[in-house]
Amino acid sequence: MKVQARKQPFLKEFTITTLIKIAGYSAILFVVMIFLFLLLEGLPALRQVALDSLLSDRWYPVEDHFGILPLLGGSLLITLGATLIAVPFGIGTAVFLSEIAPRWLREILKPLVEVLGGLPSVVLGFLGMLVLSPYLRVLLDLPTGLSALAGAVLLGGIAIPTVVSVAEDALDAVPKSYRDASLAMGATEWQTIWRVTLPAASSGVLTAIMLGVGRAIGETMTVMMVTGNAPVLPRGLRDFLSPARTMTATIAAEMGEVANGSTHYHVLFLIGILLFLISLVVNVIASAVVFRQKKRQDRILS
Amino acid sequence: MLPEPFHHIIFVMKTRWLAIILLFCMLIAQSSCAGHASPSAEKSTHLGTIENKGSDTIVNLALAWAEEYQTIHPEVHLSVTGGGSGTGIAALINGTVDIANASRQIKEEERESALANGTEPVEFIIARDAIAVIVHLDNPVDYLTLEQISDIYSGKISNWLEVGGEDRPIVRLSRETNSGTHVYFLEEVIRLGEKENTTLFSRDTLLLPSSEGISAEIRQNPNAIGYDGLGYVTEEMKVIGVATAPGGDYIFPSQATVNSGEYPIARDLYMYTNGQPEGMIADYLAWILSPDAQSIVTELGFVPIKQ
Amino acid sequence: MKADIRQFKQRLGFSLLTAMAILTVIPIVAVVIYILVLGIPAINLEFITGFPREGMRAGGILPAIVGTFYLTLGTTVFAVPLGISAAIYLSEYAPNNRATQLIRIAIINLAGIPSVVYGLFGLGLFVLFLNFGTSILAGSLTLSIMTLPVIISTAEEALRAVPQAFRTVSISVGATKWQTIRKIVLPQALPGILTGVILGLERAAGETAPILFTVAAFFLPRLPNSPLDATMALPYHLYVISTQVPGMPIKIQYGTALVLLIFVLSMNLVAATIRSRARARRQW
Repeated sequence: MKVQARKQPFLKEFTITTLIKIAGYSAILFVVMIFLFLLLEGLPALRQVALDSLLSDRWYPVEDHFGILPLLGGSLLITLGATLIAVPFGIGTAVFLSEIAPRWLREILKPLVEVLGGLPSVVLGFLGMLVLSPYLRVLLDLPTGLSALAGAVLLGGIAIPTVVSVAEDALDAVPKSYRDASLAMGATEWQTIWRVTLPAASSGVLTAIMLGVGRAIGETMTVMMVTGNAPVLPRGLRDFLSPARTMTATIAAEMGEVANGSTHYHVLFLIGILLFLISLVVNVIASAVVFRQKKRQDRILS
Repeated sequence: MLPEPFHHIIFVMKTRWLAIILLFCMLIAQSSCAGHASPSAEKSTHLGTIENKGSDTIVNLALAWAEEYQTIHPEVHLSVTGGGSGTGIAALINGTVDIANASRQIKEEERESALANGTEPVEFIIARDAIAVIVHLDNPVDYLTLEQISDIYSGKISNWLEVGGEDRPIVRLSRETNSGTHVYFLEEVIRLGEKENTTLFSRDTLLLPSSEGISAEIRQNPNAIGYDGLGYVTEEMKVIGVATAPGGDYIFPSQATVNSGEYPIARDLYMYTNGQPEGMIADYLAWILSPDAQSIVTELGFVPIKQ
Repeated sequence: MKADIRQFKQRLGFSLLTAMAILTVIPIVAVVIYILVLGIPAINLEFITGFPREGMRAGGILPAIVGTFYLTLGTTVFAVPLGISAAIYLSEYAPNNRATQLIRIAIINLAGIPSVVYGLFGLGLFVLFLNFGTSILAGSLTLSIMTLPVIISTAEEALRAVPQAFRTVSISVGATKWQTIRKIVLPQALPGILTGVILGLERAAGETAPILFTVAAFFLPRLPNSPLDATMALPYHLYVISTQVPGMPIKIQYGTALVLLIFVLSMNLVAATIRSRARARRQW
């Protein structure tokens, strides 16, 4: 009798558990699907375009110039700039919110920073085009304000809320006892922050930075509206002040036009593969660093 | 049964979401009632939808035509999208669009692709356009020859001094490569119409995603030079007079100079359909070529086809 | 002496960080105020409930608002059940082995994929291969996959935060695992899960790149009738009127930006409220 009473709920339990299991594995399914699809449509480009043509520095698909380097360079340059802006300001603000600001101020500012994170990128691009780029042109006496710098500033702004949010949570999670112990030993609050709290939260803070960088690499609309989209291979830091073209903007601007199955179509998917791989690498490095940090922390704590 | 704080949260959420959902229902209800003020065909029988896509130069004209046509024929639904001539033609080849707008002619490779896909593009000239060369209002330069424009855009000339202006770097603005305007400019201006010429735009030409992008930059940057359809020129920019050859007359773009052929940078604007159009689409195209629709062409700053 | 130097360093450091925080916050406030001031003149009943006229330079933006609403709804339908189920799996069922690690790596990767690559994928798979065409269906599916990682990670975190004791007690009085999850763990984690869902949906509502090729129309002055219809959408509409249409009155551009901002901010507000109330009333 007892066996019978359990049978019905058991079947239901089993079905639900299986569904949940499938849902769990679905993430892998999607990643694999996306990657395979990109490969399927992007690899033919390698057959259709010679490798040294792909590695040339001229991107003009209308005339079959498919040099990807200027695009790669543009993306990397702007992401670098965005990181240089987002990391100091992001971490600095996170530390401020978590360690220095009084509670009432924190309750106001934290949601405010998250508001910036919610701003659609097209709104920022729109403002960048109308307000930021003319300002940059006049301020720095440039030929035009539509430049890598404008892109970097806006992307840095977009990445900051992510960095602040995650870093602040990480700092918040550090037990109060750490700080108390440090202060009890005679350290100032400043020293405590930099030598105790921040290192203790390092895995979270690094995750924050990586997430911010990831957001910057993947941004599309904003850069399309403020960087000028000129496919010039950046040769040095001076090129911050010149226009640039990112991989993401290229896909967004040109995808609509391509005929299904043409060489241009395949090359755009190839660029998609590149973007996918770059974010993969960033994530793997971040996970590895975080993992190592966690291990170190566990050893210290135990 | 459920823990106490949860009751409160559920209540707060329920009322809030309820309010939001109610608001939306009200909005949607109101819009259906306001339907007779809009092209929405709730009140008349729906004959079908015409998908119209392509050139960003033509998109505002196509939009104006769609709006006007739908007031006369509310049973026909028109959907208009931009994306560039290349986009429209690609969509026609893929079979996802009824009418493709193009500010350049369909290329040979595209025609072959279409035939391979079972599509037969049929061409209609629906208006004419002049491409104006524009600069900032304060720029002292008024006239340029075709060759000077070509040299500026190919990178040979980089400072306004070289063409009689101030000592300023020239910032070259262009439409994106999927734009028919871009391709036309490349072939007829930079390459001076010569088929064997392989000159390209200078690498640092800014490729702005749309006409408005070009306008926005020209309006506030005295270093900039740009080009776009006459329909996009406003009083906040200066139009350059163009001479076909050095020593020739400098002509300004206008309806008259385009029709007389004096203005050297003028072109036809096209709509392509899949095979000869029938039914709804044929009626729409016939209307577009009629004087009523062509008067809208003039209103928008383009040049109507010769009647 | 040493103490003085340290105090000085601290003062300097604190001022620097405060300055940084202010520099970060001021532009945010400035942007919101700017959009508010320039956009409010455009907001009236007709703007929110009417259809575009005169080449979209006048009239309202209802189709775009409704389009964004439907896309958000569609994303909810697909992403929420799948995401929460996956989170339940990770938090309650998954063993600590290679396979689970793989799932986590997959989620992190999904989160990092640029939105335009999702657009490419959506175009290729949903629009072309599965022949859904440019439609709300294709757009929602694309946005759902994009939103999945956010929902899964926040939901999992919320589920994990429920103390183990709750589960132990439930099992010990005879409930099955699923009953425990459904009646005890899930309700306790619900506020956290909802916050994550709302934040994920907020991002989906504001994204342009994934909908560029999968659903967005430039001018479609009709409300969508079925999931297979294309539709206008707020983020794409803002992009279009600020870059494609000449002579667009500034207040219409800012007005549209304002509506999008309000849409997105109100979601933020709801999420923040749920989160702070839940934090205050937590049972542990």
